[in-house]
Amino acid sequence: MESPHITKGLDPLDSLLSTAKKLADGGAIRDEIVSGIYGVSAGICGDAVTYRDKKKLNSTYKLDNIVTSKIWGFPIMLAILGIVFWITIAGANYPSSWLASFFGFIEGYLTAGFEAIHAPAWLHGVLVLGLYRGTSWVISVMLPPMMIFFPVFALLENFGYLPRVAFNMDRLFKKSGGHGKQALTMSMGFGCNAAAILSTRIIESPRERMLAILTNNFVPCNGRWPTLILLSSLFMAGAATTGALRTLTTASVLMGMVLIGIIVTLTVSWVMSKTALRGVPTHYTLELPPYRRPQIWKTILISSKDKSLNVLTRAIVVAAPAGIITWILGNLFVGGDSVLNHMAAFFDPFAHMLGMDGFIIMAFILGLPANEIVLPILLMGYMSSGAMVDIDSLGSIKDVFLSHGWTWLTALNMMLFSLLHYPCGTTLVNIYKETKSMKWAVLSAVIPLGIAIGVTFAVAQLARLFGWV
Amino acid sequence: MSHFTVAFAGNPNTGKSTLFNLLTGMRQHTGNWAGKTVITAEGEFKHKDHTYLAVDLPGTYSLYSNSADEEAARDYIIFEQPDVTLVVLDATSLERNLNLALQVLEITGRAVVCINLIDEARKLGIDINLKRISKRLGVPVVAISARNKIGIEALLDQVERVATGAFTAQPLRITYNEEIERGIAELTPLVEQTIGSKYPARWIALRLLDGDDSLLTSLKENMKNKELPEAKEVIGHGVTAYH
Amino acid sequence: MSGASIPLSEAAKGSTLRISGIEVQGVLRRRLLDLGFVVGNAVEVLRRSPLGDPIAFRVSNTTIALRREESSLIFGEVIGGVEA
Repeated sequence: MESPHITKGLDPLDSLLSTAKKLADGGAIRDEIVSGIYGVSAGICGDAVTYRDKKKLNSTYKLDNIVTSKIWGFPIMLAILGIVFWITIAGANYPSSWLASFFGFIEGYLTAGFEAIHAPAWLHGVLVLGLYRGTSWVISVMLPPMMIFFPVFALLENFGYLPRVAFNMDRLFKKSGGHGKQALTMSMGFGCNAAAILSTRIIESPRERMLAILTNNFVPCNGRWPTLILLSSLFMAGAATTGALRTLTTASVLMGMVLIGIIVTLTVSWVMSKTALRGVPTHYTLELPPYRRPQIWKTILISSKDKSLNVLTRAIVVAAPAGIITWILGNLFVGGDSVLNHMAAFFDPFAHMLGMDGFIIMAFILGLPANEIVLPILLMGYMSSGAMVDIDSLGSIKDVFLSHGWTWLTALNMMLFSLLHYPCGTTLVNIYKETKSMKWAVLSAVIPLGIAIGVTFAVAQLARLFGWV
Repeated sequence: MSHFTVAFAGNPNTGKSTLFNLLTGMRQHTGNWAGKTVITAEGEFKHKDHTYLAVDLPGTYSLYSNSADEEAARDYIIFEQPDVTLVVLDATSLERNLNLALQVLEITGRAVVCINLIDEARKLGIDINLKRISKRLGVPVVAISARNKIGIEALLDQVERVATGAFTAQPLRITYNEEIERGIAELTPLVEQTIGSKYPARWIALRLLDGDDSLLTSLKENMKNKELPEAKEVIGHGVTAYH
Repeated sequence: MSGASIPLSEAAKGSTLRISGIEVQGVLRRRLLDLGFVVGNAVEVLRRSPLGDPIAFRVSNTTIALRREESSLIFGEVIGGVEA
């Protein structure tokens, strides 16, 4: 036996370790240790825990047998996704219009007030038409869907359904080189991409984490929902005029978009894991906890309150300045035309190749800080350059679009571009903070942008080629 | 009015964070899938005459350095020496959850075992005899339902008892097989002589036998920084006390 | 009832096995041990994912899903029959 050191040095610790290693003599120490503990644990439980009714434990099993079954597993997932969307769209319809009318009503008073004090037109423009309109738009279009979607999603989460989604889809993620938990971070992306980036911390391997971060953008975050919902309900529902059918068609189109997003996620993961992010998939164990009845009201209230605060803050911080800037650009005249029109004209040829127009591209550029403001900027851009249209119903919005030469292709491509383009500013900041790499932060903007351009270009050319538009 | 530190340990997905939020009033989003809490959170709460600094350790299946989370949790308990370590267990999955509680008890006797989700267990027809468990473990065991706010007062009372020293534990000591026990017997005195009585020598001996390099690294870090202060507790595990 | 050891990945749905060996090494081995996949413990095979992988197992009263890469390296003897 080695003589022990009495001093408090650091070397003795190493010699301690080597003594220990000799004593351990290789062998399955870890197994024995854990077995030992489990033995005690089982003993205690055998003594102190009784199962009154074994059958009750099976209710989770029974539900799982259906929810993860070969036949019903995926259809149920799609159905739940569809139902969530449908509830969100149908539920948000009236509150959104109501809020829009309400804000419009107030705007009338604001304008009257400005006139009464003989305020200069530009001040009215910047503060009311820019700041107020932009912010009130974001609130009225964003708030209702969020206050419905997030509580519903939180309920699903608290109920315990999400691990089952990961269980069902794991093979897809494994084949595309990603980690199984990517299914979960992807689901978080439905809420907010910025938050989902933070949630990728649950993936320990840096390579797989990077994959999750890079592809998170391809599922539509709540900032893009209003854009997708609005465009699909205005342009995609086609001849469907009855409320229910219209909502159904809209929900289906949205689901289609989401599916495209998921397919792109898997494809990009696959490509990246064969090229820049090569590596072996790491091991993965997934726990499927028993289903729990969520505390419905508590979940709804906490979730709604959190989200509405979120939206209102974002509206003020992001939408307000963006609204001002857009109004200024639209009303600052240089060489006979507004700066906005100049910029739109500059981008127009390029945009046309992608099936869109210059104003749309401009809106996406100015909308970098946050996806929520893309649509308001677009509308304000259109209205500044053309006739002043009073937005008092969604129908009028369609008129604005149509008067600028929109077709179903424009709407579709704008939706595709919104789905696939670079993540918002907050997300990019989070990506940089999490990866500490400028290279990857830039790539996570450039890769989606490239895909967005590629896809919209292809769709536009295809549609024109076949004379569909 | 004194201040105590309470560390919240437990498996992932046991409602540990729900309890933490309930006591400290912070808002954290809790979902029903394992592995969601990855960052340590801190907060404060008051109970009767005392203030408690609460630290929510990452949810871990064990303290054996299998991952960064486990190392963080383990390091906190050993080196920060919280006044009370609160181990939160899932009543519907006790066999597996006890694993962590037993590991914690090998490190410190200043612990309270909290069996959460007792309402879920009842729904599933699971009956738990708390007294028997408490007797076997040698520390207080309280059943609660964090989300229904049941049993919280009783829990905090036990936390107070342990924190103030009103209750001294005789924590369960796990006896391993002969080979391991022999190794522990040889190593423990060496460990004590090298690093003093502040740290649980038996547990460290066990970890060294397992070849736990990361624990060694953490030990070195800590010894570099601090003087060896007085031990906060007399680590007595029955017959294997050393002088 | 003793029988030959088979990998968990090949066990029939509904059967129960007693773990006889784990050939996984390293970090995953320790993770599996912590989850209750220790020699001598009983494991019930619950079901497969719709796409064939992973498989959900019930061990120490918890449901854990493992991919084929891992479940094919855990061996056990069938001790409980397949339910009709």
